[in-house]
Amino acid sequence: MSAVMERRETPATAQVKTRRRWLTRKTAPYVFISPFFILFAVFGLFPLLFTIYLSFHYWDPSTGLGGMKWVGFENFTFVLTDDWFHKSLYNTFWIALVSGVPQHLAAIPLAFFLHTRLSRWRNAVVGLYFLPFITSTVAISLVFTSLFSRDYGLINVLLTQMGQWEIAGLRPLSWVFPTENIDWNDPGYTKWVISFVVWWRYVGWNTVLYLSALQTIPKDLYEAASIDGASRRQQFWHITVPLLRPMMFLAITLSIIGNLQLFEEPFILTGGLGPGGTSIGGPDQAGKTAAMHMYATAYIESDFGTASAVAWLLFLIIAMMTWANNKAFKEKS
Amino acid sequence: MKIMHALLLSAAMSGSVAAQTVTLEVASFPDLDRGIKAAIPLYQEAHPDVEIKLVSLAFGDHHNAMTTSLATGSNLPDVMAVEVGFIGKFAASGGIEDLSKPPYNALQYQDQFAKFTLPQATGGDGNLAAIPVDIGPGALFYRQDLLQKAGVDESAFSNNWDAFIEAGKKVKEKTGAYMVAHAGDLKDIIIRSDLEDGEGIFFDKENSSLVTSPRFEKAFKVAKAARDAGIDAKVKAWTSEWTEGLRRGQIATQMMGSWVAGHLANWIAPESVGLWRSKQLPDNVYASWGGSFYAIPAKAQHKEEAWEFIRFLALNKSMQLEAFHKLDAFPALVTAQNDQFLQQPIEFLGGQKARVQWKEAADRIPAITVNKYDTIADEIVNAELDKVLLHDKDIKEALADAHKLIKRRVRY
Repeated sequence: MSAVMERRETPATAQVKTRRRWLTRKTAPYVFISPFFILFAVFGLFPLLFTIYLSFHYWDPSTGLGGMKWVGFENFTFVLTDDWFHKSLYNTFWIALVSGVPQHLAAIPLAFFLHTRLSRWRNAVVGLYFLPFITSTVAISLVFTSLFSRDYGLINVLLTQMGQWEIAGLRPLSWVFPTENIDWNDPGYTKWVISFVVWWRYVGWNTVLYLSALQTIPKDLYEAASIDGASRRQQFWHITVPLLRPMMFLAITLSIIGNLQLFEEPFILTGGLGPGGTSIGGPDQAGKTAAMHMYATAYIESDFGTASAVAWLLFLIIAMMTWANNKAFKEKS
Repeated sequence: MKIMHALLLSAAMSGSVAAQTVTLEVASFPDLDRGIKAAIPLYQEAHPDVEIKLVSLAFGDHHNAMTTSLATGSNLPDVMAVEVGFIGKFAASGGIEDLSKPPYNALQYQDQFAKFTLPQATGGDGNLAAIPVDIGPGALFYRQDLLQKAGVDESAFSNNWDAFIEAGKKVKEKTGAYMVAHAGDLKDIIIRSDLEDGEGIFFDKENSSLVTSPRFEKAFKVAKAARDAGIDAKVKAWTSEWTEGLRRGQIATQMMGSWVAGHLANWIAPESVGLWRSKQLPDNVYASWGGSFYAIPAKAQHKEEAWEFIRFLALNKSMQLEAFHKLDAFPALVTAQNDQFLQQPIEFLGGQKARVQWKEAADRIPAITVNKYDTIADEIVNAELDKVLLHDKDIKEALADAHKLIKRRVRY
């Protein structure tokens, strides 16, 4: 029987069989889903594991892979006791808070307003708010750099014109507006300027998030409330805000993660890395965030091990902050 | 299977083709690549069997790509362009051929190059990492019209730093223009002054930092004095504020490599033609800004041909002059420096024969050594200078802190 079977198998059919043998009913799903896993392994998992490995080594990449030197936890203890890391972390939290909190305070009422008052133009207005979010960060940062330019910037021109506006020999507005150009590069302003740009950029994104959540709140709740004589303000505080909680949780989580990883905006607004000028983060490193510190450690100091340690510490901090946020939202509800 | 065969066959064929004509891969960055582009047809006349493939990336991308290639040992070109800021790092990497050894024996050409260039390309182990092609002798560029308007004596304003700052005050008062772009620029020059051959800017031979030396103290003092006098515009070079300031005549002087004259004339301030002049740096300082080199990676495929091509670019007088004509790249080759071209007046500088002056500076620039930790030290010194300028930190204290920080960050 078996001998007969073997004889009937011509070379051609055998080839078809061998070619198809790996693609069976059992394996097919894995084969078809594998592109994702292969890409993830190459671009996601491998760098992840490699940075863990690197964080325990000293490595200057120009020396090649053979130049790695095992140093144990030394990179971590170095970073944790490093003044520059502390400073960059302080800057990061400062900017995260000053740009993050007003983002939500502005986005919720704005979304409520769009939802209740604007019916016809809503989509167009939403599109406008969303525009900063989808525009390239680099382009935005460059535009703001020129707006905030000390000598040639539009903002200073407007402010000083108001300040110098004369009526009957007096300058009535000079006590509110400056009469001389403000140096926005001064370390006292750096973080404010960065925070403003970040706020401006993401307020539309948050508005859209809240707007989509508002649209899921049933209309009858508002109708019932208005029959009971509740004002718009009362409706906002007693219906909208409580029902927005899940979205607030999501939006705040996203803000925490995004703001703690802030890089492009402060990097370009503080002048990036000009050839020759290696002081990163503007004068006195006032705008240097933790992500920028990581970049500088890797690409200025060529110390990829320490940079990896910074990356993992930053990851731990972000994880802790998200966990705390999670906890805070759960306890209240 | 058939496909495999075809692939193998074509691979074998291309291999046999490569045996006849060599494809030399050259990695470079703008504007240096223009010199190579000009060289390719000339080189191929003499070497028809060599094909040259030029890969040019933006300045930062090029050096990042080279760092990555050295890290993984793959995708390395045969000829690698290196800017002076990266040479210390690459020389210490061990991934680059030592050109002082056979078969190159490049030290035999030592006298043909400006004397400070080869030490710049020499690593800690005495290995010669690269061959210089162009240099940037430092010069003081100034707006003659602004200084005249302010009544500043042109011959004397840069004799010493006190005179320079006094002149700056007059310029600010009479014309409203700032004397310099950034107080830190003055620091950058002074820390390069009074050096002798074989010394380093930031480190001595034992990797110990020199930032507490009188040289740095003076640099910080002068920078602070300039800031206090209100004569610096507080803008970093290459920002839009900087170019705009130069364009509008709001910055009266700029100290940089001689090549900045080309940048000013071509795109920064073309309207100010004839208004600028060049002078030696204040206080009898001779320093260099920038400079480009060519290196051969240890894992390059065609080292012999690469070396041949580098010699063509660096040791050929007509090639060097070509780059000088077209790119304002001051040649590293001494015979090219002695060419008649130097005697030509420069229209942008009001007909001044400035190249002769730059050549004189090039002769006097000390052969200082580089250290792979120079960039870290530079970053730390800049951060401490910010504290002095902005928060009135005591200079001695700032330098002591910089010394401590450098010691802490130079860990391995």
